[in-house]
Amino acid sequence: MSTPLLVLTAFLASAVEMVEAVTIILAVGLTRGWRAALVGTAAGLLVLAAVVAALGPALVRLVPLAALQVVIGTLLLIFGLQWLRKAILRAAGRKAKHDEEAIFREELDTLGGTPESAAFDWLGFTVAFKGVLLEGLEVAFIVLTFGLNAGRFGPSILGALAAVVVVALVAVAVHRPLSRVPENAIKFAVGIALTTFGTFWGGEGVGLAWPLGEATLLLLLAGYAALAAVLVSALRHIAARRFRAAAEGGPS
Amino acid sequence: MSRLMRFAVFWYDFIVGDSAVLAVGAVAALAVTAGLVHAGMEALAPALLPVLVAITLAISLRWPR
Repeated sequence: MSTPLLVLTAFLASAVEMVEAVTIILAVGLTRGWRAALVGTAAGLLVLAAVVAALGPALVRLVPLAALQVVIGTLLLIFGLQWLRKAILRAAGRKAKHDEEAIFREELDTLGGTPESAAFDWLGFTVAFKGVLLEGLEVAFIVLTFGLNAGRFGPSILGALAAVVVVALVAVAVHRPLSRVPENAIKFAVGIALTTFGTFWGGEGVGLAWPLGEATLLLLLAGYAALAAVLVSALRHIAARRFRAAAEGGPS
Repeated sequence: MSRLMRFAVFWYDFIVGDSAVLAVGAVAALAVTAGLVHAGMEALAPALLPVLVAITLAISLRWPR
């Protein structure tokens, strides 16, 4: 493979993985707060750097990517479904739109913790950390595999670095406009995105070969968005029917 | 509450949250998918996994909290 083609291939393959990681970081930052998202990202990058530095090219043989995909995919699927379920209940009027602060205070009272020790959002941290670690490992695998096949690492490292820079710049540019989107709409999108990634990675981890490869992500995203819209509509319909039945049966 | 109990409660809340249906359903969906793949029914698995996830989500909405 020629050098420009090697750089371009590594760039495109790495960019796809980077977009997945950045989507998760943006999702956590916009809904759970930037502190947990950025600390989770930094921790993920640190662990990734340590693993890559310690193992080098042996990484491809030694790290059980399928096992990681199962664990991370399962957790993301559970977290994504939890967020999506709450967003659906909020959109259908079955749950208060801003109940996190009350829940947080309730949990603090139950645990007897101090605000300083409990304020850190471990859920947000974990989601960002796992997303960065898994996608970062996949980028490292791409660089190492292409490098080993070509007999030189320079072009694939250059392609991956270019992808990191481009995707990071795009993320910085879009995070402000995204912060103006209504809160529950963002939470909806985050729930759908995490459920999508969780399904995709969890499936790959248990040995499933998605027929369309990474393009399956778009199909899953559209399918879960449609499902969420149908469920919101169904819940609203049920609530309206109950309200009418209660009004007809109640005192006039 | 003992320290061990708090630790267990923290992990339960962290992973299971307020709907055990979702955690059990997600794990079951992936387990069924793994079973299909290992039984040689790979063609069915990509369609079935999202359907099982969708059913899990729909069932969890029956008990809003």
